[in-house]
Amino acid sequence: MAQSEQEILEGLAEIVNEETGLDTESVQSEKSFTDDLDIDSLSMMTIVVNAEEKFGVRIPDDEVKNLKTVGDAVSFIAKNQS
Amino acid sequence: MTAERRVVVTGLGATTPVGGTVPETWDAILAGRSGARTMPFDWVEKYDLPVKFAATLRTPAEEVLSKVEIRRMDPSAQFALIAAREAWADAGMPEGDPERLAACIGTGIGGVWTLLSQWDNLREKGPRRVFPLSVPMLMPNASSAAVSLEIGARAGAHTPVSACASGLEAMGYAYDMIRAGRADIAVAGGTEGAVHALPIAGFAAMQALSTRNDEPEKASRPYDTGRDGFVLGEGAAVVVVEEYERAKARGAKIYAEIAGVGMSSDSHHIAAPEPEGAGASRAMVEAVHRAGLSPKDIVHINAHATSTPVGDVAESNAIRRAFGDDTDGMPVSATKSMTGHLLGAAGALEGVLTILALKNRLAPATINLDDFDPAIRLDVVHGEARKLPEGDIAGLNNSFGFGGHNVAVVFTSV
Repeated sequence: MAQSEQEILEGLAEIVNEETGLDTESVQSEKSFTDDLDIDSLSMMTIVVNAEEKFGVRIPDDEVKNLKTVGDAVSFIAKNQS
Repeated sequence: MTAERRVVVTGLGATTPVGGTVPETWDAILAGRSGARTMPFDWVEKYDLPVKFAATLRTPAEEVLSKVEIRRMDPSAQFALIAAREAWADAGMPEGDPERLAACIGTGIGGVWTLLSQWDNLREKGPRRVFPLSVPMLMPNASSAAVSLEIGARAGAHTPVSACASGLEAMGYAYDMIRAGRADIAVAGGTEGAVHALPIAGFAAMQALSTRNDEPEKASRPYDTGRDGFVLGEGAAVVVVEEYERAKARGAKIYAEIAGVGMSSDSHHIAAPEPEGAGASRAMVEAVHRAGLSPKDIVHINAHATSTPVGDVAESNAIRRAFGDDTDGMPVSATKSMTGHLLGAAGALEGVLTILALKNRLAPATINLDDFDPAIRLDVVHGEARKLPEGDIAGLNNSFGFGGHNVAVVFTSV
């Protein structure tokens, strides 16, 4: 069942919090994973895999580099959820 | 030639089955409290382990570290970091050139929890679900790397691996680094987080563990005729070691001096100690010799004494072989009777306890010694702690490991 972008954002914020310890409130659409949230490539892979499981989507490895901001990830997940 | 560089201990840290810090641990040791307890984990019944108890940490790492630190480090590295933070703070967080600062943390087994949990992930969920930090978490040098990151050590991060001698060998390595001029200060010790079904099953299969399941706190009983194996423990112990003139110049609190280190290998058997103790005695003699002392100067021994039927006698023979009749003047403490056997952290923890015994002039009592084994020819402290003499005193700590590794360190009062 597809979720709203707001629901996806909240779910993603929980995953980021679990992985990095960042407050869920700091995970906002316009934030860059690397520049604003200081998430390195290894943490990003963990977040991607956890997001795949949580949202029932497949995020191919060569797509990950296009997910620059939290909003990019939310849009990708929303678009690809069945 | 310039005078030899002396190496002193200026900070202590530990998280152990009897205490979450060094002061808590020492208090428990003087009170004779055991850290062995029945394991509450579901996997004990699930795998029908023959041993149902262990000496688990008194203060779980989850109560001390952040959620992210727990997630990104194997238990072995978590414990090392907790002990290193305490030791570093205890030393007053000494400032100085990072390129003269080293980290030496030994471990016997390394990241066994990570290795096996990620193996489960691979088999059950596939390669994409293997945690990206798996390899840097399971590697045995993860703990020395974590400590070097924590304190900013750039002179070197080293990981001596010699089974149950690792922690003391790491202290010896740091001592050598400072003596050789490769560093001025180091954080050194050992860690182990291997209270896991597989090592327990493995040690049990070789009949190394006590199976006194109904009385865990009585299971570790070095030198007692009823001993039937060691009690697996977990935790970490770490010291800050420092070049003496530097420590004095900054007004550091000095616990003791590392006066001499001796090491040898048996080349006898992969697991059994050489029964006459030739290798172990050579390590002890070398440590005393390098300290510039004679056996009569040693007023206390913290023995390896794991509570195995064979090992305790072999060490007793080795001590006699090294020191002859002078052995009679050396009160021996077997603190594993309380802490259990922390494998790669054991030698480091017992190093800390030897230092505290000298500092407090008290040799701790060995617990569970109800029926002294006549094959043991040592003056074992039991019943109550033994007062050590005033003035300059020296203590010896022994640590031996599967593979025939022997390490002995002489500490002196300062």
